[in-house]
Amino acid sequence: MNTSDNPRALVLRTAGTNCDGETVRALEQAGAEVELLHLRRLIDDPSPLARSAVLVLPGGFSYGDDVAAGRVLGLELRHHLGAALGEFVAAGGFVLGICNGFQVLVESGLLDAPCDSDTAAESGPPRGPRRMALTDNASARFECRWVHLRSEASACPWLVPGEIWPVPVAHAEGRFTVADPQTLAALRAGGQLALTYVNPDGSPPDYPADPNGSAGHVAGVCDTTGRVLGLMPHPERNLQSWNHPQWTRLTGDRTSGEGLLFWQRLVRAAAALPIGS
Amino acid sequence: MNSTSKAPTVPSSSPSETASLAPCAPAAWRLEVFRRPTIADPEGEHLLAALAEFHINSVSQARLGRGFLLPPDLSRDAVETIARELLVDPVLNELRLYEPGSAPPAAPTGTARLLVTRKAGVMDPVAGTISRTLARTGLTQGAPVFVATFSAWELTGTPSDQELHTIGRRILANVTIEDLLLNREDLPYAAPPEAAFRGRVEVPLADLADEALLAISTDGGLSLSLDEMRAIRDHFTGLSRAPSACELETLAQTWSEHCKHKTFAGRVEMVENGATRHIENLFKETIRAATEELDKPWCVSVFHDNAGIVRFEGDWDLAFKVETHNHPSAIDPYGGAGTGIGGVVRDILGVGLGARPIANTDAFFVGPTELPPEQVPVGCMHPRRILRGVVAGVRDYGNRMGIPTVAGGVWFHEGYTANPLVYAGTVGLIPAGMADKSVAPGDAILAVGGRTGRDGIHGATFSSVELHEESETTSSSAVQIGDPITEKRVLDGLLRARDRGLYRAVTDCGAGGFSSAVGEMGEECGARVDLDKVPLKYPGLTPEEVWISEAQERMVLSVPPEKLAECVAVFEAEDVEAAVIGEFTGTGRLVLAAHGECLADISMDFLHGGVPGPTRRGEWATPAASLGESLDGAVPPPAADHGATLLALLAAPDIASKEWIVRQYDHEVQGMSALKPLVGPRGDGPGDGSVLQPLAHSRRGVAIAVGACPRFGVLDPYAMACAAIDEALRNVVCAGGDPGQTAILDNFSWGNCDKPDRLGSLVLAAEACRDAALAYGTPFISGKDSLNNEYRVGNRTLAIPPTLLISAMAPVPDVARVTSMDLKQAGNHLLLLGSTAAEFGGSHYFNLLEGEDVPAGRVPRPDLATAPGLLRDLHGVLAAGLVRSAHDLAEGGLAVAAAEMAFAGGLGLELDLSAMPLTPAPGQDGDTLRLYSESCTRFLLEVTPANLPEVTRLLGAQPLVELGRVSSDAHLTVMSGERELLRIEIDDLRAAHAGAFQG
Repeated sequence: MNTSDNPRALVLRTAGTNCDGETVRALEQAGAEVELLHLRRLIDDPSPLARSAVLVLPGGFSYGDDVAAGRVLGLELRHHLGAALGEFVAAGGFVLGICNGFQVLVESGLLDAPCDSDTAAESGPPRGPRRMALTDNASARFECRWVHLRSEASACPWLVPGEIWPVPVAHAEGRFTVADPQTLAALRAGGQLALTYVNPDGSPPDYPADPNGSAGHVAGVCDTTGRVLGLMPHPERNLQSWNHPQWTRLTGDRTSGEGLLFWQRLVRAAAALPIGS
Repeated sequence: MNSTSKAPTVPSSSPSETASLAPCAPAAWRLEVFRRPTIADPEGEHLLAALAEFHINSVSQARLGRGFLLPPDLSRDAVETIARELLVDPVLNELRLYEPGSAPPAAPTGTARLLVTRKAGVMDPVAGTISRTLARTGLTQGAPVFVATFSAWELTGTPSDQELHTIGRRILANVTIEDLLLNREDLPYAAPPEAAFRGRVEVPLADLADEALLAISTDGGLSLSLDEMRAIRDHFTGLSRAPSACELETLAQTWSEHCKHKTFAGRVEMVENGATRHIENLFKETIRAATEELDKPWCVSVFHDNAGIVRFEGDWDLAFKVETHNHPSAIDPYGGAGTGIGGVVRDILGVGLGARPIANTDAFFVGPTELPPEQVPVGCMHPRRILRGVVAGVRDYGNRMGIPTVAGGVWFHEGYTANPLVYAGTVGLIPAGMADKSVAPGDAILAVGGRTGRDGIHGATFSSVELHEESETTSSSAVQIGDPITEKRVLDGLLRARDRGLYRAVTDCGAGGFSSAVGEMGEECGARVDLDKVPLKYPGLTPEEVWISEAQERMVLSVPPEKLAECVAVFEAEDVEAAVIGEFTGTGRLVLAAHGECLADISMDFLHGGVPGPTRRGEWATPAASLGESLDGAVPPPAADHGATLLALLAAPDIASKEWIVRQYDHEVQGMSALKPLVGPRGDGPGDGSVLQPLAHSRRGVAIAVGACPRFGVLDPYAMACAAIDEALRNVVCAGGDPGQTAILDNFSWGNCDKPDRLGSLVLAAEACRDAALAYGTPFISGKDSLNNEYRVGNRTLAIPPTLLISAMAPVPDVARVTSMDLKQAGNHLLLLGSTAAEFGGSHYFNLLEGEDVPAGRVPRPDLATAPGLLRDLHGVLAAGLVRSAHDLAEGGLAVAAAEMAFAGGLGLELDLSAMPLTPAPGQDGDTLRLYSESCTRFLLEVTPANLPEVTRLLGAQPLVELGRVSSDAHLTVMSGERELLRIEIDDLRAAHAGAFQG
């Protein structure tokens, strides 16, 4: 992919990132021009950010998830790239964090702080008290299984509310947690609860349809601008029709995995941005 | 650990539990991070569940705090900032902060505190990460500071001292590598003690008699036999000098059973049922002979490298290796299994010029989970603890490296209680043309990856001897702690350096550490190593320790001088340390030096060719009960109640669901999954093999599966080996793999083969491997043996059942055409492919009859004349997409396979077995035989009415019979003509299969 119409996506990796290969593949299949970059290179020279429309933090175990999942990389983003990220989002760029990338986004504070051009100061985005956390699954185990997500009405401009789609999860610390019910209500009111776990018919799930016991069955969260999105499941692992766990018994004409649409919507929305192409 | 950190030089008198109760708190800032009371504490809940297993009910609540020790010279402000930024979650946690030298206030009455911390020198990856992160983000100034971590458990209740002791030692701490503090706060905060550099040490052997020679081997933990010690003595006597300690260690490592496989490569006088035959080289005459005779053009590299390599598609080859990590896993199940995975992943990174790992496999053989605690031998862990530990070890290492764990199995037997077996395998993808490598004189020896510490000393020699009661305490230095993220960084750097052509050869540091890696790479030319140039985790290692340490996550490269700078830069860009530790030479000698002093100078010829090859004796006498028995031999007693029998079989630990394990492994990462280990609408169907699509641009897939029949081996090792190969092939063929291009791997775990009966059964199994591989046309491409799997309690020795794991890898022509084992559609036909005979030796049906007078019976074995053709024809109908579901018959026979297909698909089956062409011998119950015999090379196939004629035609040369139809009535109904043998709801089948022990 190298035509100038294709939006540019930057995939960031560091020690322990391990879903970068399939994430690059998903973005390319969806039509983006992708650059895979090590965190150290971006810290040395943040300019690739300015020429991208999308920044993706892929899944993995950044720094082994030592101390807590996503903690160290979240801290590094705040310290070394806070201002650059603030400017990037303020300029209209999309940030997507998947699994460990979602944990990193939570740890970085990017999902808590509204980022707009007025507040993106030199010192990085303002950080209020962090209101959300991702912690140990209720089962206290790593869970690798398929679930259904519903895209909720949210600030995220490119998800289609009401859609229910299958996707795998694979994590041990994905339980969305807030301090109190009021916080959950406030996040919902702010359009931040972008994706929830549901039963295939859309009804509220029990374990294992909700694999981790998240508050409000929340699987994905965006910031108030809708441009920063994080989710625990892995849509990049459902690009081919044979990725689905029941594809050998599914009927109907499935020519690709349901996850591909997620990436296509992101890339299409990014293509409409005035940046990064 | 981080050597650049300035560790306090406190003498490390590591506390033992029973030391005096000095309330001396560490000279460090102490932070304890607990979850807020409103936040669930899953580790605490797990602990309560574990306590129930020990019948301890005096604890009502358990909470875990993560503890950190930071340098005392930091200001309170700095410590609070570090806590806020890095250690404490504002939503989840609360912090307890104590100044250096101050201990936490006494715990309230009714609360016990147990602290668990790593012994000095044991790897602590979390502490290392914290230390580096603080420096990188400017939260500490200057060089990385020394950090230590601990776990703080707070138990509410009234546990007795004895109970606390049990909780600490049996559940929370592994005292081999950890210190346990019961209601004490004097945590150690120090780097390990330094040993003084002692220079060259000579070990005079010249005039020593046998006894003294053996004493040197035993006392030094060298595991060298008397013959070997004599050979070393004579070699150096001929040189008119004494060997140095470094030379002795090098020879011990290189000559160890683990590295040299002396038994498999050795001479055997084999006496089978009274007849003697001579075997000059067991491996060459069996396993290797089969591969050479088959001479498949798609075999790219077999046996001589870290893994076998076969052609895959276009510009790509596949590599596969399976390793054992038995003894380390017995002592530290978590660390042992994790480093087992880490080691085999490095084998794949180090095969040819380096392959990218794309899948892991694992297989465990452990004692029964229901074993009464008092029956656990002294010095051993309960099988439950072992199984939980090894599962967690594989999970954490594989998941963190981002390699899907896609196939494997667990088998349970009393014989594994004291000596569990842990197999770990890795498949890698490598560009065609990268299978060969050779070092050149003048190349730099570049060590990359983790630093070297005192961990894993004598792993190679330790794994070559029997375990014994004190292994837990005396072998602590053999335990390795893995750090998967370091290995992931090595992977990231290595493959980038490979693709830029920056090195000439690579291998991993496995057993024996640098001594094996450099010794093997330099075998043809020579090498010189400066041991003082090896980066260390902490100062004070002796040169011998540096040379043989099995510290993890290290690789060795042979780098041409002109590419050295670029190669080092590639690794450094990934935060991987790369150090030149010497160079390959043209001298034909291995030379070791430190601080300018020569510590070893030994000829490569003697090192690799000097090991004496004794002739051993193998014996086998066929157990009377299985000799010649067939239909008129051991008569299986008829099952009184087929329904109850089937439910009991489904719940048998070997057969019952392993979902609790499989779901803890990320089997989806890398996005290549085409057929998963668990299938069906509920994801609870035990699939036969997994399929991956390694290349995004091609629909060609690879099927991966294993086979093992540990219950057969004691009765008939030859049949066992054939059956294990048949099972692995059945599994890959069911998953769509092409049996004509299947590569297999052998992993033998046996008892002490100095004993003739053990060696005799090994010989028979190896000969079976040769015969079966030739018959099926499936070459062995790699393998490994682990002998000496015995455990000594006093004068008694417990040996494992002889255990052969066969791993198979087969190309799948088109992943979009594979099928799964769950039933798909009511109305479809169910066919049985393959012949059934009365084969119950080692069967699960007989195992259910435990306590009664169980006959041995004929052990199932494939018909090597007909089985290969059957597999080929089956692959034809599967590849043509003519079959809706396929499942092989294995443990528990036909009844179990049909039940699994039914509940996995959520559909019923209505079967009539009377059509099975089988004539029971007089007195034999034909129904029992049809339902539970474990005859090999059999399958159940679900076929649509439309495809039935074509399938029947294509399988016309094979034994094929229709048993009945898939039904929408959710029952498994089995008739024998007019007689109903069983009728069970599929929900009940599923519930039985879900098993009792779920981790």
